[in-house]
Amino acid sequence: MTARNISLFVALVLALIAPFVAYPVFLMTALCFALFAGAFNLLLGYAGLMSFGHAMFFGMAAYFFGHVVKAWGLPPEVGLLAGVLGGAALGLVTGALAIRRQGIYFAMITLAFAQMIYFLCVQMPFTGGEDGLQGIPRRALLGGLLPITNDFTLYYVVLAIFLFGYGCIYRFIHSPFGQVLKAIRDNEQRAVSLGYEADRYKLLAFVLSAALSGLAGATKAMVLQFATLTDVSAGLSGEVVLMALVGGLGTLSGPIVGAYIIITMQNYLAGFGEFVLVIQGAIFVVIVMAFRKGLVGEISAWWKARKHKA
Amino acid sequence: MVEPLLKVAGLQAWYGESHILHGVDFEIGRGELVTLLGRNGAGKTTTLRSIMGIVGKRRGSVTFEGRETVGHPSNQIARLGIAYCPEERGIFSSLSVEENLLLPPVVKPGGLSLEDIYRLFPNLEERRRSQGTKLSGGEQQMLAIGRILRTGASLLLLDEPTEGLAPVIVQRIGEIIRQLKERGFTILLVEQNFHFAATVADRHYVVEDGRVIDMVTAADVKQSLGKLQAYLGV
Amino acid sequence: MSGFHCYDIFAIPMQAWFGQLLLGLINGAFYAMLSLGLAVIFGMLNVINFAHGAQYMMGAFAAWLLLGILDVPFWASLVLAPIIVGLFGVVLERLLLKRIYHLDHLYGFLLTFGLALVIEGLFQWKWGSSGAPYPSPIAGGWNLGFMYLPKYRGFVVVAALAICLATWFAIERTRLGAYLRAATENPTLVRAFGINVPRLITITYGVGVGLAALAGVLAAPIQQVSALMGTNLVLVVFAVVVIGGMGSIMGSIVTGFSLGLVEGLTKVCYPPGSNTVIFVVMALVLLVKPAGLFGQTK
Repeated sequence: MTARNISLFVALVLALIAPFVAYPVFLMTALCFALFAGAFNLLLGYAGLMSFGHAMFFGMAAYFFGHVVKAWGLPPEVGLLAGVLGGAALGLVTGALAIRRQGIYFAMITLAFAQMIYFLCVQMPFTGGEDGLQGIPRRALLGGLLPITNDFTLYYVVLAIFLFGYGCIYRFIHSPFGQVLKAIRDNEQRAVSLGYEADRYKLLAFVLSAALSGLAGATKAMVLQFATLTDVSAGLSGEVVLMALVGGLGTLSGPIVGAYIIITMQNYLAGFGEFVLVIQGAIFVVIVMAFRKGLVGEISAWWKARKHKA
Repeated sequence: MVEPLLKVAGLQAWYGESHILHGVDFEIGRGELVTLLGRNGAGKTTTLRSIMGIVGKRRGSVTFEGRETVGHPSNQIARLGIAYCPEERGIFSSLSVEENLLLPPVVKPGGLSLEDIYRLFPNLEERRRSQGTKLSGGEQQMLAIGRILRTGASLLLLDEPTEGLAPVIVQRIGEIIRQLKERGFTILLVEQNFHFAATVADRHYVVEDGRVIDMVTAADVKQSLGKLQAYLGV
Repeated sequence: MSGFHCYDIFAIPMQAWFGQLLLGLINGAFYAMLSLGLAVIFGMLNVINFAHGAQYMMGAFAAWLLLGILDVPFWASLVLAPIIVGLFGVVLERLLLKRIYHLDHLYGFLLTFGLALVIEGLFQWKWGSSGAPYPSPIAGGWNLGFMYLPKYRGFVVVAALAICLATWFAIERTRLGAYLRAATENPTLVRAFGINVPRLITITYGVGVGLAALAGVLAAPIQQVSALMGTNLVLVVFAVVVIGGMGSIMGSIVTGFSLGLVEGLTKVCYPPGSNTVIFVVMALVLLVKPAGLFGQTK
């Protein structure tokens, strides 16, 4: 049993017993954001593309879920699917345009598109405008067999969704697609000269990232039972970047760690109002200046250095 | 023994992880024209860049007029009186010809005036308002040489000034370099074209694998021709 | 929502037309000034200054504070505020930005994003997010028949144009501007000629920030001075910058003013679209000319 397998097993056990020690709603929110951060990190850490507008996928999926379940009265599975497909579709359209530029420009374009979506959401009737979609019902899953009004039960459903989503990320990274993507990230010209159509791969990663963000957003709407403008805001886009950064870009577990830290921090600092922004900004600055690898990344590097010395 | 204008001792240089120069030693006296000869990749350009202070890391000693320059940033080295004409010429496309000429600041008195430079290179005067990169290869080379003459620098580092140019232009550049030498400039020349180098230089240093392995004076060139050809792989 | 009115001029009073166009021109003036600052900073530092909006806001606040605490009039603030905020920018560059130039450009984006959060968060925390008014330095206006032109707003358009053209002139026609252009292309070589490029970079950032602050001072009498006034603006300016491409100074100026006008026109013809029209234009430009209207693919 390798160290990695042991830590995975321990993590799984912890995840299974967690609702007995902590508030299930808090845990579920953290899981949703962990998936969201993981989806974002797939794009940045493995494809080298920084999207500063990822909230548009998360938020729109939340709205889709809410609308499907509340206004159309369909079961939550359909809502989740709507979220995933909605995220993917939006990802396809925005990605196709954004991929045309690189690096900084790409980031600015995604930011601009997200702003556009935000403004549209303010105006579109189906989003409920400033009030958002409230009181989304928690209908039972599996055709009525699995009631989820109980937070406890819902936790395990959300955990399953999270594991599924992360499983997708893992499979993608370790698939041939993932390898090509890494090659493109490290040296695009070389990859292109070898015959790979870089843009296609990047777009694929973008759509997958958007779809998984959509899954996270729809799940969040299912858990917290509302979808509002905050879910599509630039603030949220910035937060998910922060989560991935804090945890460690290009690491698999980094985003999970980062999400937990940021969500916990927000809970504790809820009373301080706008000061939370100052702290978030300060964390950004400190990480960029001194801890670029993020928590998991730095620990991982330190561990490797120790092994080499020994 | 007159103090050399430039003295390089044990110069080592790195580009990132690559260790390019392994200990270069040579010196140049005031008013001399000295060349660095060698095959591609021997470290000639890196030597010039190291003197100028624009490589990643340097160790060793490079003294100019007795002052140690290793450890100093390139803008300070330039202000001591050294000017650099890079291999790729480095003409700025967002500047006109005249702006290119006026860009390097005057660091010491005694440099050529703009009029002097235009007299030396009349075709540059004709094209003074054109965009710098719209000039032909030969004209760009003259621009690259011309703009460092105004600064008052006494040591000129010229990296492959004849590369890729037509023979008639190579001749013209040779004339100009000889004129510069007459005016008292000290010149360190990197050249692949050995025949050209032999027409202008007082001494030749041979560089191989990041080290200076031999030195031949102009007088001894004829006898050493075979040896030199072997070094250069021709 | 009743469709397009553009062709039915008589349904909309001329006043509304010109009123919106003036508003569009004013917005365009700010888009131009801010995208100019962003372009200049990006050219030299290769950093997208996300804090630009926050620094614009700081300029407005500086004017407001100078007036409230020290009774400094608007015209003096026009000079003082950019200097104060510009110096702050210099400190930021020396302390933080300078240390990350060797990294991937995205880190610069993240750093300035973090700085923007800190600055805006602090101002919001101290002064709240509701705005404070700033008195207009030029009262009254001219009745031109087809519209009423407030004197101050007319001044703003002219001033912004003057500032943009002065910046263009300084960059394209002066020796210092030549240093800037050359250093943008090949900083190593420019340094090897004896020019202190790191200092040039610091000055450039300071001036770019000062420009943002200047725009903020000009904006104070028009908008409410609030901690959030820069946030939404900077996001639109990003779109403007992508549309124009950052290759040319004049391009940024023209694009800024034009997009302001486009936005104004949309407000008349199709009001619900005015928020998003610039982003739609960005999407179109990306389809047709990804490098931007005046850009060169870097």
